[in-house]
Amino acid sequence: MKLVIIKYNAGNIQSVLFALERIGVSALVTDDPSAILAADKVIFPGVGEASTAMNYLKERNLDQLIIQLKQPVLGICLGMQLMCKSSEENNTQCLGIFDTTVKAFKNPHALKIKIPQIGWNTIFNLKTDLFNQIKENSFCYFVHGYYAAICDNTIASTNYGKEYSSALQKNNFYGTQFHPEKSADIGEQILKNFINLTV
Amino acid sequence: MLTKRIIACLDIKDGRTVKGVNFENIRDAGDPVELGALYAQQGADELVFLDITATNERRKTLSELVNKIAHHINIPFTVGGGIASVDDVSLLLQNGADKVSINTSAFKHPNLIKELSSEFGSQCVVLAIDTKREADGNWYVYLNGGRVKTDILCIDWAQKGVDLGAGEILLTSMNNDGTKQGFALDITQALSSKLPVPIIASGGAGTMDHFRDVFEFAAADAALAASIFHFKEIAIPELKRYLTEKGIAMRL
Repeated sequence: MKLVIIKYNAGNIQSVLFALERIGVSALVTDDPSAILAADKVIFPGVGEASTAMNYLKERNLDQLIIQLKQPVLGICLGMQLMCKSSEENNTQCLGIFDTTVKAFKNPHALKIKIPQIGWNTIFNLKTDLFNQIKENSFCYFVHGYYAAICDNTIASTNYGKEYSSALQKNNFYGTQFHPEKSADIGEQILKNFINLTV
Repeated sequence: MLTKRIIACLDIKDGRTVKGVNFENIRDAGDPVELGALYAQQGADELVFLDITATNERRKTLSELVNKIAHHINIPFTVGGGIASVDDVSLLLQNGADKVSINTSAFKHPNLIKELSSEFGSQCVVLAIDTKREADGNWYVYLNGGRVKTDILCIDWAQKGVDLGAGEILLTSMNNDGTKQGFALDITQALSSKLPVPIIASGGAGTMDHFRDVFEFAAADAALAASIFHFKEIAIPELKRYLTEKGIAMRL
């Protein structure tokens, strides 16, 4: 199986690569369109700021490439957010794959939350084979100041001040707000599930 | 619900853990990778590796170590100690670190916080502050591992750091550190109620109730300890079960 991690200015590419190594999977990190198109599975990582990341993708025509992909694609954190319609982070137009928008966490004092959310939170209302063998209310590791609202594509939810989408899926596209590559055994199982997905 | 975090801190010198540790279950307690993996397996929520190497080789040995740690550990970890530039941070993140902590260099060049947060995102910039309560009752910032006093109040520096883009504050009370008499509740509470970002309390942990106090009464988001874990005075699984029983949200 050919697994490709899209190479761009995302901060967690190395962590994703190491996590895959731990579960015995090798991956190619590349921004070469033909290699990405030929892959069996594609991971679209992401740590950073939305508008900078989108500009980087556009300059290399990776934005057009990603939306055309037919194989299973997993966006992680900012990768997932960039697959939504738009983000409040510097008012960025995104790829428009998932039918929802990305909003900023606000009102920390009223909601008694810290911003960004950093740490372990539970995921629930789990759907699709991405969460095979994962129990409801399992803990995953989150680091983010923006969130995707609940929508028809929501396949996992998390509560932080309010309920939001901690995972999304539409057709062959999947995304997780949490970091499976940093979510201990649970995260490794989710990565294995993605590797084993069939479309 | 977001849990409170228990963080184990390992001091590193020349690629080895510094404090003498006596663990039965691991071959080499001086190996930061093996000790870190053990803590991860026991349920630590995060790890902090604090490098105190003072040689010219430090940059290279540290990045090599970070690479090894990142290969083996499946929870987030922060690296700190002597980090002074965007290039330093870039090298550590490229090798798999999730966050970096900056201290004296940020105080001397506050713009470093801004540069790092815009380049890599606030989520990976932890501002570490060593603070001490003086006779006048105020908490002041100390630099260079607590050797140099400043006239700046801890709360003012923390606020400025957050304004510049720090995503978390790692607060160490020098009055409490090493005493095993509990965390500094008042300054932790002051920062936690004033600032929007998570506060990691450090210094003074001696009993399981000290952790309970800092979460319940000082609204800390995370608590960090080193020697009580290294010397097995408190085991992480037992600590997390105890705090859960007391109604504090923990990842079990």
